[in-house]
Formats: sequence, structure tokens, C-alpha cells
Amino acid sequence: MKNYNIFICGVGGQGIGLLSEVLIQSCLAAGYAVLGVDTHGLAQRGGIVVSHLRIGTRDKLFTPRITPGEADLIVGLERLEAYRGIVNYMRDGGSCIYYDAEQQPIHVRMGMTDYPAISELEQAVAERHGKLERVFIEDLPDVRMQNTAVLGRIASFELVEGVTGDIIREQLLEISPAGARDANQRVFEQAMAART
Amino acid sequence: MSKFAENMIRKDAWTGLMMGNHALVRAMLESGVMVVSAYPGSPTPEIAAAIEIIPEEQRPIHFEWATNEKVATETAFGASINGHLSVVFFKSVGLNVALDSAVQLSMLDCTGGMVVVIGDDPGANSSQNEQDNRHAGRMMMMPIFEPGSPSETYTMFMEAAELSKKLKLPVLFRMTTHVCHARELVEFGPIPDFDYDWTPQYHAKGLEYWPITTAVFPLKRKAFAKLAAVEKHALSSPANRVISPNGSEAVNGRRLGVITHSIPAYSVLECLDRSGSPIDVLKLGITFPLNPEQIVDFLNAHDEVFILEELDRILESEIKAIAFDNKVTTKILVRPEVEHLMHEFVPQRVWDLFSGFWPECFEPQPARAEPAEEVSPRLAQMCPGCGHRSAFFAIRELIEEEFPDTITVADIGCHSLGSMKPYEMGTVLLCMGHSNGTAGGLAIGNDKRKVVCFIGDSTFFHAGLPGIINNVLYDRNVTLVVLENYTTAMTGHQPHAASGEIGDKIKIPEVLEALGVKFLRSVDAYMQDKLKDHMRDAMNHEGFGVVIAKHPCMLKFIRDKRKRAAATKNAQSVNR
Repeated sequence: MKNYNIFICGVGGQGIGLLSEVLIQSCLAAGYAVLGVDTHGLAQRGGIVVSHLRIGTRDKLFTPRITPGEADLIVGLERLEAYRGIVNYMRDGGSCIYYDAEQQPIHVRMGMTDYPAISELEQAVAERHGKLERVFIEDLPDVRMQNTAVLGRIASFELVEGVTGDIIREQLLEISPAGARDANQRVFEQAMAART
Repeated sequence: MSKFAENMIRKDAWTGLMMGNHALVRAMLESGVMVVSAYPGSPTPEIAAAIEIIPEEQRPIHFEWATNEKVATETAFGASINGHLSVVFFKSVGLNVALDSAVQLSMLDCTGGMVVVIGDDPGANSSQNEQDNRHAGRMMMMPIFEPGSPSETYTMFMEAAELSKKLKLPVLFRMTTHVCHARELVEFGPIPDFDYDWTPQYHAKGLEYWPITTAVFPLKRKAFAKLAAVEKHALSSPANRVISPNGSEAVNGRRLGVITHSIPAYSVLECLDRSGSPIDVLKLGITFPLNPEQIVDFLNAHDEVFILEELDRILESEIKAIAFDNKVTTKILVRPEVEHLMHEFVPQRVWDLFSGFWPECFEPQPARAEPAEEVSPRLAQMCPGCGHRSAFFAIRELIEEEFPDTITVADIGCHSLGSMKPYEMGTVLLCMGHSNGTAGGLAIGNDKRKVVCFIGDSTFFHAGLPGIINNVLYDRNVTLVVLENYTTAMTGHQPHAASGEIGDKIKIPEVLEALGVKFLRSVDAYMQDKLKDHMRDAMNHEGFGVVIAKHPCMLKFIRDKRKRAAATKNAQSVNR
């Protein structure tokens, strides 16, 4: 198979580590080889966090980083970062699944730049002949579960053959801290069912 | 115990998904490492996290955070000459701090073995420069191992530790940011039954640990002899290998080869997979000392060899010298542009570079069009509730209103972010602890502009004290603001001398008083009016003055509170 590239992006503190861990373990469980790398220089200080996943067969995987313009799937946990991911990394015909959280950077707060409207993401995706899937749960019990919601929506599509929703759910529940397991499962199912 | 910790210490062989930093810890356990010391700095703190997650009673490794990288190095050295295999780790620029001690080590018998692990940062992902510590390895006369993946981190650490023990020679283990943070399945071996003998074995017969004046030369000769042994070892080491993914054949009558290292080697292999060209790759895991025979053999087997390295022209220079000495006629190709001496070599960049030399193998590709969309930048910023925010806001306001033209000097830590908008406090930055020295220099002969410098509490102890002492001694017209948040926040909340998590708190106000600081005030960073009053008085004070703006790191404060709440809840449910 051709490598499948997932580019995960968001802001420090949104739980990208857990999200990418669940996706890697799911792909491994489905029998694929995976390489990943996180970049998080100043992540805890509201900076950009990015995780690259490359899925395929061992003999065709060399470096974990995705070349700009070659991601099959952009997973965003925040609108501006999803937009940045689409613009820089989405391949022609790729997809983006993002949680529509809004964390304005200092440039936007100071009026130096604009925060993107949803329509700008739609347009950027359309220009790349791709698909956009917005995830947003009105009554999310805890902002720290935005990553779970996105996982639930990813699970509703079998984007990589064999990496099924059941496998992703199983890996999520395996990795979730015991105290948060039930709540995570509820959010996961809700997001999975709400697929457009 | 967490599943991660259980896996980390399981005795039998297993395979698991592992980050480079974590694979390193398993390698330490399989090698019998007994002492690890460190100072936190990206990309390495996860090494400590993987050690500390193992419950102390089941952890064969004695681990500790040191005051700075130099102390960490000395701690590991002391353990090693006592017969215990030791590791010290820190980030790229940490080696600058450690160097004063580290340069002696290869002359002294490190009997237990010692590995110096550094996280270099090509691409300056989280550092103030891209310094290439392969230079330092040469100056320190330490062999350099360069893994390019988590699996190689594991296997090469085992090899490095073994070699270090055998030769009693410290080894520089050079990881880079994206080796530290890469994740893949790693096949681990079993942990042997070590006896972890803590008997102190230090023994000096004469001056073999005393490198001063004429005593230096026999010791230096010994270091050269050890390096010669490593050079021999390099020839048979699995870390140095030739890879021919598409077979070896001539291309248009020329046999082509690449000599490379670390992550760039994998970028080359990815390009070769796309290209299908029969080009050979000599991947060097031990990049110092080079084995001339190995290099000459590879050069002579090819008509053209490209030397692809990341950052400085180190392999290029040494390989060219070897080729010259051995009358090699192979055409040696190197990176042509200054731009190539910066940043990381991801596959696309390697392809573009090679296509300029070997277009028949790497078809030139049009540069990817810059996306038309403008996306707002996102700078890292201080967290909601952070005391630094409040302090910078108040100090900026005071300076604007009453002391225009004040020069502000930044230091390393979360508060470095104060240099950016909207505060723009602290406009000159060098390294950990520089602020007092630089501010002192800015104050010399200067009766026109005020000088204010900042420092965090971990940095205060790390490298801040000498500069502070200088400002006290010369009674410089400088106002120091100590931004005290009771932790080493930027790198993930490691403890320090004043955090109270290691031993008794060494209290910063008491240290400053004992040093003879005449003007000293302390205030919570959120009491802005009082902070401004103190700052006004300090800046009007003739000579050196210190204002401590304290406020706990809110990120840590909230996490600790959550943990405590969870612990209480657990205890209650047990009681029921």
C-alpha cells in the first residue's frame, strides 16, 4: 500500500499526545507499521503542537515527518490550527476532521491578524478538492475531551482499511485514565453518531 | 504501577511503541546504569519522566536533577570513577555549561563507564541556536554516537555503554530533537541480572585523576590511545553500515554513493525509495573518530560520493582530508549553499539538493507553490494566571510612564516570552543566567538610561548567582527582577533548589541578603501597585537593587490541586 499520512495539530494542553497515541496503537493493532514524531517546542505555553503519523508497511517507512502538501488526513483540535494544517499539509483530495474550538493567538487579540471563519476552512479544503468534517459538541462535559470527540468522529469513517471504529474505541479505553473512561466513552459514541 | 512502568522494568524481551527518549531509558536498564544526573531542557526531559515513573523501590537507577549541567556532569563522573555506570543528560546548549568539567573526562579513567547524552537541536525547535556539538565531542576527545531513530537509540546506547565500560572512556551520545521525540516499535532485549554493587571503588595510585601541567601529557596520550581503539571498533560496529536499497550499479557509467548520519540517513533512504536509483549509502552511527579504512574503501568503490550531513561541515572536512591523504580520486560532492548549513534535512530537502547534482536519479521538481491563504501566526504565550504576565504588565507600564528608554534584559525560562508582544520586556537574550552580567555591562559608564534585568528561580541557581555576585560587588546601577514561580516551568515543572521538593528550600531572599544585596523587596506579582512602587524605588536606588515578583506557576498549581483532590477522593472511597 501507499503510505497514509496523518497530520495532527492543535495548541499545547489539548491532548494531542493521547490522540496520536490512540491512533498509532490502533494502526498497530490493525497490523500496520507506523512511524510518528511530535514537535512541541514550547507546547505548554500556548504554542503550536503537531504530531506526524505515517502508516504503511515497514519497508516503505523511513522518516516520520510528512512532507508539506502530502497529508491524507489533517486532524485539528482547534480551528486556526486546523486551517494552518490544511493550508500547509493537506494533499490534493485529502480530508480534515477538526474540533471547532477557538483559541485566539496574541496576534488576533491585538488586532494584527484575523481569526479564520469556518467558511475559510471550507474554501481552503474545496480548493484542494478535499473533505471537511467539523466536530463540535454543545454540552461537552470537559474541554479536555475535545480530543476524544475528534477520535469518535475519526472512528466513524474507516479512513485506513482495517482501522475500524471498534479498534479505535478499544485503544482509547485502554489508554484513558480509569477515572475518565466512562465519560470518554460517552463522548466518543456521541461524536461517532453525529457524523455528517 | 502504570503499564508503562511495568514494561520499562520487565525482565524479559518485549516489543513496544516507544519514543526515542523512552527507548533510551530501557537501554539504560538493560546496560546496568546505576546513576543518572541531569538538568532539564528540551528535547530531553522525557528521559527523566520515564525513569521517575518507575516506583523508587523497583528502580535500580539512582536519578537526580542537578543544579546545572556542569554539576550533573560532575555527579555522573564521580559515580563513574567509583565504578558505577553513569549517564548525564541535558539539551544542546547545556553542554556549554558542562564543558569546563567535561573537557577533562576523556583523560581520566571512568572506570564504571559514562555516557554523556545530549539533545542537539537542528532546526532550533526549542533552543537559542543550532550549535553542532559534534565539534565539542572532538574537543572533549569523546567518541560520538549518533542514533537516527528510537530503535537505533536503543541499540546504539547499549553499544556505547559497553564500549565506555571497556575503555573506561566517556562517550558522547548525540540525539537530536526529532530522534528524541520520534515514535516507533522497538524490539527490546531482556534485563540481565546485574548485582548493582554500590561498593565505592575509587582508587588513585598517583596523579591519574589530577590533570595539571606536566601531568596532563601522559593522560592525554592515554586518551588518544583509547580513541585509536574506538577507531578500530568503528570498522566492525553495526552502527556503521553500507545500505544498498536498490542494489549497487553504475548510473550512466558512474557508481554513486552517499555518506550520511542520523536522521538525514533516513531522509536519503526515503528519497532512494522514491527514485529507485542504485545508490549506496554509508550510514555512520559512530561519527567520531572516523575509521579511514572504512571511508577510503567506500570512496574507492564509487566515482562520486555525496557527503550529506546536518549542520556544520564536519564529516565533509574530515572525509576530504582522509581522501587527500589516501590519494583517493573519487569526486566528493558537498552541500553548496550556506542555507544548507542550517535547518534539518527532511526528505524533500534532500531530494532538491541531490537533484542539482544527480538529476538523472532525482528528477528536479518544481518548488511547491506557496499557499495563497494567510494564516495568523501563533506565538507561544504565557498561561492564563501566570505571575510573569502580571509582573511584565506592571513593569512595562511603569517604564513607559516614568523611565522611558530603560534597557530591559531577558533570561531563559517561561519569562523569555515577555520579550514578545504585548509586553516586549527583555529585548536582549543570550543563555541561562546571562542577564545580570549583560545588564552590568550595559550599566558601565551609563548615567542616562536605566537597566532592568530578569531571571527565573531555577536559572537563579543554575547560572545566575555569579552574575548577581558581580553586580553586588561592583554595586552596579542595575535592577534585577527575580520572577519566582517555585518550579522549572518551561521544561515541565522539574524541582529546583528553592522549590522544596528535593531538600530543604534554599530561600532566594535569604541568599540575596547573605550576598549583601542592599535594596531588596519582595511582592506577589499580582499586587501590581505595590510591585510598581518597589520597582520605582529600586530603579531610583543608586546601585544594585533586587525586586522579587513571586507567584506560583498556575499550571503546576492547578495540576497539583487536581492531583490532591483525586487522592483525597480515592482515600475517601477506600475508607468507605
